[in-house]
Amino acid sequence: MEWLERNVPKLVLAPSFVAIMVFVYGFIAWTAWISLTRSRLMPRYELDGFSQYERLFAAPRWDVAMNNLFIFGGLFIVISMAIGLFLAIFLDQKIRAEGVLRTIYLYPMALSLIVTGTAWKWILNPGLGIQEAIRGWGWESFTFDWLIRPEMAIYTIVLAAVWQASGFVMALFLAGLRSVDTEIIRAAQVDGIPTHRIYSAIIIPTMAPIFLSAFIVLAHLAIKAFDLVIALTGGGPGYATDLPATYMYAMAFSRGDLGQAASSAMVMMGVIFAIVVPYLYSELRPRNDK
Amino acid sequence: MTSNTVLRIGLYGMLILFALFYLMPLFVMLTTSLKSLEEIRTGSLLALPRQITFAPWIEAWSTACAGTQCEGLRPFFWNSVLMAVPAVMISTVVGALNGYVFAQWRFKGANLFFAMILFGCFIPFQVVLLPMAQMLGLMGLAGTIPGLIFVHVIYGIGFTTLFFRNYYVTIPQELVRAAKVDGAGFFRIFWSIFLPISLPIITVSVIWQFTQIWNDFLFGVSFSGAGSQPVTVALNNIVNSTTGVKAYNVDMAAAIIAALPTLLVYVVAGKYFIRGLTAGSVKG
Repeated sequence: MEWLERNVPKLVLAPSFVAIMVFVYGFIAWTAWISLTRSRLMPRYELDGFSQYERLFAAPRWDVAMNNLFIFGGLFIVISMAIGLFLAIFLDQKIRAEGVLRTIYLYPMALSLIVTGTAWKWILNPGLGIQEAIRGWGWESFTFDWLIRPEMAIYTIVLAAVWQASGFVMALFLAGLRSVDTEIIRAAQVDGIPTHRIYSAIIIPTMAPIFLSAFIVLAHLAIKAFDLVIALTGGGPGYATDLPATYMYAMAFSRGDLGQAASSAMVMMGVIFAIVVPYLYSELRPRNDK
Repeated sequence: MTSNTVLRIGLYGMLILFALFYLMPLFVMLTTSLKSLEEIRTGSLLALPRQITFAPWIEAWSTACAGTQCEGLRPFFWNSVLMAVPAVMISTVVGALNGYVFAQWRFKGANLFFAMILFGCFIPFQVVLLPMAQMLGLMGLAGTIPGLIFVHVIYGIGFTTLFFRNYYVTIPQELVRAAKVDGAGFFRIFWSIFLPISLPIITVSVIWQFTQIWNDFLFGVSFSGAGSQPVTVALNNIVNSTTGVKAYNVDMAAAIIAALPTLLVYVVAGKYFIRGLTAGSVKG
């Protein structure tokens, strides 16, 4: 009875502990194992070295997917951060109706990426969407048909993703701006330092940790991007807008190529590790020092 | 006009321009969903409907075809409700208890386990898709709503634990010590001290989990069967269904219906939503 009393906290955590060990770490190990076999439609467990990874890196479609990830991820992160920062600074200027504007900027975050993709697919539809609307206003030669052009379609995904996430970055930055010590800012104002200098020299540098958080969240969203591609372009035209996540899904569920699916998932995992582990390490260290 | 006034006008101009950019898709979805197909073909994307019709909404809700099934979004909408409600409740309760242990009942190894949970929040779910498909099969839950609930609870625990841990850690440990001296046990302390002050963080956890689970597509499309697909999967099937004339107005009505629950939550409890999202970025 006393033993039970003493160990209640551990017993409460036990189911979660087992679940995390099996369903996160155990499953990662399982996928890693499969990625080293010749599994096709069904999993096989005889190890076969790194042949799946060799196939993966030789596959033109994977090449496209990784290239797209860098284009999409890079632009998505940079543009979302830029828009987020500017909107936050603008909103920080004692704006009337700030609450309403903030709500408007942020609501896309509440939507499913499938909904976002569906909406933008309709807006970007060259036959009936924005292109047609602007031609209707008299600009007959206006062309905006990125959605159906293989080399441009990836940028439509950037557009929709930025629309979805930039408001959230704005909220993060706004919270950051508001947490900067007002005494320092007031002192700078008294000294007659112009507002843009106060931002660039005092406020923004103190927000470095928030930039890092925003970067981690956005990078993480970019690598996991799947729903948006499915809903907006379906990976097409052809496989021009494939990302690692859609490649993995295609291999696992429509191509019956489990080995390829597993190895591509492991590469995605590696990319996330490379970004998140140093971050978590730096986040958790000071807590442990206490 | 002073340069300051010009600056203010420019500022408001920019803010309004961005507001229009964010609102445009919602505006287009809404107006398109109220137009007839004839009007869509002849009119402009950005024009208001000349004649408002609710027929697309009715069709999207009850007769539109998702694949071979032509019952509209209705059955799938209820699938999502049946999936999201229990999954949100279970993962919140588990997260609250876990967070309470991590914050107030530290033991050797707890920090390492917490770091492992935190890390689990960041894995790309692609890396667990294949084994989970097998596991659900073994458990007899493949293609069922309980199967989806199970998956969402498992991968939701990380975030809910994080929320509650960060919230409870700010409560002084002396409180627990004093209660222990008075003879209160683990659950008693949780029930009468921690639970009553937890409303804000419960709200955050519920909103976060609800949005995540309702909006999920990857697990839905990977693990659901014919009768258990959530609304996001059905929406995608309706929009990409190739049979018959493309009914854009029905697509847009369906998209709004699928988005309505989370939009509503956001409008009603937006403040907590922001707080929850910020807490989700680890730093809290």
